[in-house]
Amino acid sequence: MRATVLVRPKPGILDPQGEAVLGSLKQLGFAVGDARVGRVVDLELENGDREQARAELERMCEQLLANPLIESYEIELSEDP
Amino acid sequence: MTSHGPKPRIAVITFPGSNDDRDAALALDGLGAEPVPVWHADDQLPEVAAVVLPGGFSYGDYLRAGALARFAPVMDAVKALAAGGGLVLGICNGFQVLCEAGLLPGALRPNHSLSFVCRDVPLTVERTDTPFTARCVKGQRLSIPVKHGEGCFFAGPDLLSELEAAGQVVLRYEGESPNGSVAGIAGVVNAEGNVMGLMPHPEHAVDTLIGSGSTDGALLLGSLVDAARVAAVEHAAV
Repeated sequence: MRATVLVRPKPGILDPQGEAVLGSLKQLGFAVGDARVGRVVDLELENGDREQARAELERMCEQLLANPLIESYEIELSEDP
Repeated sequence: MTSHGPKPRIAVITFPGSNDDRDAALALDGLGAEPVPVWHADDQLPEVAAVVLPGGFSYGDYLRAGALARFAPVMDAVKALAAGGGLVLGICNGFQVLCEAGLLPGALRPNHSLSFVCRDVPLTVERTDTPFTARCVKGQRLSIPVKHGEGCFFAGPDLLSELEAAGQVVLRYEGESPNGSVAGIAGVVNAEGNVMGLMPHPEHAVDTLIGSGSTDGALLLGSLVDAARVAAVEHAAV
């Protein structure tokens, strides 16, 4: 089973990377109001059970992939192609 | 400078990517301690009175600074030492590791400027009743270098007022903070006061021949050596 974890700076947390990207996009002439930069983690799971996999992914996020104090995360599970 | 009794042993941990471990050891040695190098993969600590987590870029700062180092085998021993009241000091990357490990509150984010900042900064000592600042005077102004890209201390409004109320902010940047830290925070202690983290590098300010010539870092590390000596004597008496 494949999973994608999206990690984002929480709303209200200043995101200097996003601000730098926003500045550059504006400089290129794009009409952009805001930009936030997060992280994507693609995972291939050995666990075949969806519910178990989701619970495991939650633990991965809480323990390592995200810092819950400053980052939010979103888990997307997809079946094997 | 006072130095009575035997040299206290202080562990300096080296993670892959640490690069201030030897500077920290040299500074501690100069201040009358016996630095004991410890490798991150060791699953226990030697007999020491304190632990220093040095600066650098442990595990390449991958994922988030300090995020991977907190799972190093030696960290369980560091946590156990801290839980028993042992002295732990995290400098720069060491501070990031301690926050990620949950031994200190808050988190360190990329500098607001996105620039790597490398210069002497003025600091104000907020508390002198800690094992890390006892040689300072309350309100004393210190000049100690910072060198980091991710030193912006973050705590949400609730956590911040909790830290301020409990007096856990030990060092603050004077004037404009070099990294955008909330409330100008440069160094914090845990609630118990035996674990401290700071972004500035005291080990780079112990010799008049190096840098700007400030030796203010010796006040902080010297305080730790004093406290470690007392801890070692107490331990030996048990």
